[in-house]
Amino acid sequence: MSPLDEATAAAAPAQPANTDGYNFAYLDEQTKRMIRRALLKAVAIPGYQVPFGSREMPLPYGWGTGGIQVTASIIGPDDVLKVIDQGADDTTNAVSIRRFFRRTAGVPTTERTEDATVIQTRHRVPEVPLQAGQILVYQVPTPEPLRWLEPRETETRKMHALQEYGAMHVSLYEDIARHGVIAKSYNYPVCVNGRYIMAPSPIPKFDNPKMDRSPALQLFGAGRERRIYAVPPHTPVKSLDFEDHPFTVQSWEESCALCGATDSFLDEMIVDDQGKRLFVCSDSNYCERRREPAGGEGAL
Amino acid sequence: MSEQPILQVSGLSHRFGRRIAVADVDFQLWPGEVLGIVGESGAGKTTLLRCLSGQLAPTDGRVAYGDRLGDMVDVYALSEAGRRMLLRTDWGIVHQNAADGLRMGVSAGGNIGERLMAVGDRHYGNIRGHAVDWLRRVEMDIGRIDDLPTTFSGGMQQRLQIARNLVTGPRLVFMDEPTGSLDVSVQARLLDLLRRLVAGFRLAAVVVTHDLHVVRLLAHRLMVMQGGYVVESGLTDQVLDDPQHAYTQLLVSSVL
Amino acid sequence: MSDLTMPTDAMVAVRGLAKRFVLHNQGSAEIRVLRDLDLVVSRGECAALVGPSGIGKSTILRCLYGNYLASAGSLLVRQGDNVVDLAVAPPRAILELRRHAIGYVSQFLRVVPRVPSIDIVAEPLIALGQGEAAAHRRAADLLGRLRIPEALWLLAPATFSGGEQQRVNIARGFIVDFPILLLDEPTAALDDMNRQTVVDMIRERKQAGAAIVGIFHDDAVRDAVADRRYDVTMNRRAA
Repeated sequence: MSPLDEATAAAAPAQPANTDGYNFAYLDEQTKRMIRRALLKAVAIPGYQVPFGSREMPLPYGWGTGGIQVTASIIGPDDVLKVIDQGADDTTNAVSIRRFFRRTAGVPTTERTEDATVIQTRHRVPEVPLQAGQILVYQVPTPEPLRWLEPRETETRKMHALQEYGAMHVSLYEDIARHGVIAKSYNYPVCVNGRYIMAPSPIPKFDNPKMDRSPALQLFGAGRERRIYAVPPHTPVKSLDFEDHPFTVQSWEESCALCGATDSFLDEMIVDDQGKRLFVCSDSNYCERRREPAGGEGAL
Repeated sequence: MSEQPILQVSGLSHRFGRRIAVADVDFQLWPGEVLGIVGESGAGKTTLLRCLSGQLAPTDGRVAYGDRLGDMVDVYALSEAGRRMLLRTDWGIVHQNAADGLRMGVSAGGNIGERLMAVGDRHYGNIRGHAVDWLRRVEMDIGRIDDLPTTFSGGMQQRLQIARNLVTGPRLVFMDEPTGSLDVSVQARLLDLLRRLVAGFRLAAVVVTHDLHVVRLLAHRLMVMQGGYVVESGLTDQVLDDPQHAYTQLLVSSVL
Repeated sequence: MSDLTMPTDAMVAVRGLAKRFVLHNQGSAEIRVLRDLDLVVSRGECAALVGPSGIGKSTILRCLYGNYLASAGSLLVRQGDNVVDLAVAPPRAILELRRHAIGYVSQFLRVVPRVPSIDIVAEPLIALGQGEAAAHRRAADLLGRLRIPEALWLLAPATFSGGEQQRVNIARGFIVDFPILLLDEPTAALDDMNRQTVVDMIRERKQAGAAIVGIFHDDAVRDAVADRRYDVTMNRRAA
């Protein structure tokens, strides 16, 4: 545990005190109930976008209000929370959101994927496979996969209801026509449980296979667009493709410059003014753990 | 002539509040026939077309479609899913404004391929092959398959709309002023294309227009509407050359 | 119910045909063109309608094609083994007749603009289900026979001379072997050679068993092809 986490865990009382008169995890109980109802509906209909009464949160739209509301509704004092942003635990947003829950819920937090019960993420799925009993909460900017093609909400709802998904394949067709391959590399549309087409949020397509039949529960929250959806454990999630242009994931010639991993998603970093490039694991915890196999986290 | 009609309309009426838009329309349409509907603006033609094409449930009457299996299906007894499926497979709609009938942000090939993808085609090569085929059939340069419709002339956009509709081999096509927004010189070629496609694919078609020239060239049969009523119907050339009703006579004599 | 009996060899039997026009927008003025016409034309026979201009000769042909509605009477035509009364037949039946049984060569060529003449001529054959290639070959034969230069075949006839347009019209009317043929002044704009060609074509049809009703303003042509003359002047049965 990091020094910061240790201190928090020691300081956290069994019944966390409300900070400045806020309810546990910031949201009032009625709101949590409303969101939980939406979550139950979402779980009952995998991939279906459930509208919900998105609340004003203490950060603007576009910064993860949907994910935070979902996390706030499900988190309890016995949970352990991990928050990542583009795979990293130490970026500004991840740090802020983690601190938010520490202050309003007093829950213990961690950077180790296996130790977390709730993982809130922006745009990445952790490299370490998730287990039964874990919940992954995705932050979603645009929940509607058909929006680019059909601007009318009334029409996209009908298309989902009637399973009229020809248009979705049109976007893939356009990619191939223009680039020779399906160029869409993130927020790659998937078909959930053979029924609904879903936007997995801007995770790289590299992560799509991790969604398929995961033992974990996957929840998606879009605050600005006011939608919640879910993929229950062990649900088939298939990335869309063509018979003659099957779905493939990204691969690199390089390996991680820090830990040597060849199986993780690599970020490309320019490290000096001469344009020197390094490829580094996007999942910071995964990378760190590989570098210190004896266990425990080193300082980042 | 023991063939089944492809469209059977009985007592079709539609009211908007108390205003009668369409009153008591009866007719049958057979495969290979083109029915023209003419009349001035406000005569009820477009409302009638919408009722016929499953887009507007009439306040009275019945629209039955003779499907591929030979059954007469009550169009408005179908679920919305059923109707939308019809509109994607057996039926086509050509709008006056190409922008209403195309996805302007999608390439020509994507526009044509969409209906195929909508009915389950998942092979890129196949889909593209069909798109090329159809571009040829509507006499468009196949080199423009990846271009956006916004880069096409009005006539080309209409051709693309036609290709997009016909790719799934519909049996019945509804057209609302198909050459309405086109230059006169372009209209002629498009009308000829439509005629040949209708004949070549044995399509049935309902064409709404205010232009008697279009109807004479394209339609076998004609219905003249005035104030929501069909005042005269028959063979196109007969109705235009030997009009019986006062209104038809007025229409015909007003042609420039 | 109309009486559908016809003499065995008859292809066309008109009984009591009357035609009047009511012009509703001109104070309901009524124009009576035909009063009570009888006409029978048999297989292999050509009947010529005669009478002064405006008497109603073209009107009779138009009624026989379903282009005009008969005001009274019956217009029986043979279609295969059946007899159909054009006066009461539904549009669908008339379309069928026009495809298979009755051909009509009007006085003027009326076509979709910008369509090549060879396509115009081939169309009736294609409408019957013939392949495009075969139909085009047949069209080429006819156009050639009628001395339309090959260079013109791919051009639309709008810019052709009156005589050329008429020959395209005739080619279109003769490309299908209709058992009944209606000809309205087919040789009006033609020179001697082409007129003779058309006469030959008409004769060939008669030989093949077609029943022909025609209007020929040219006496020589009429004498060459007509077996009988019907004087329309009195709107009554004539010898």
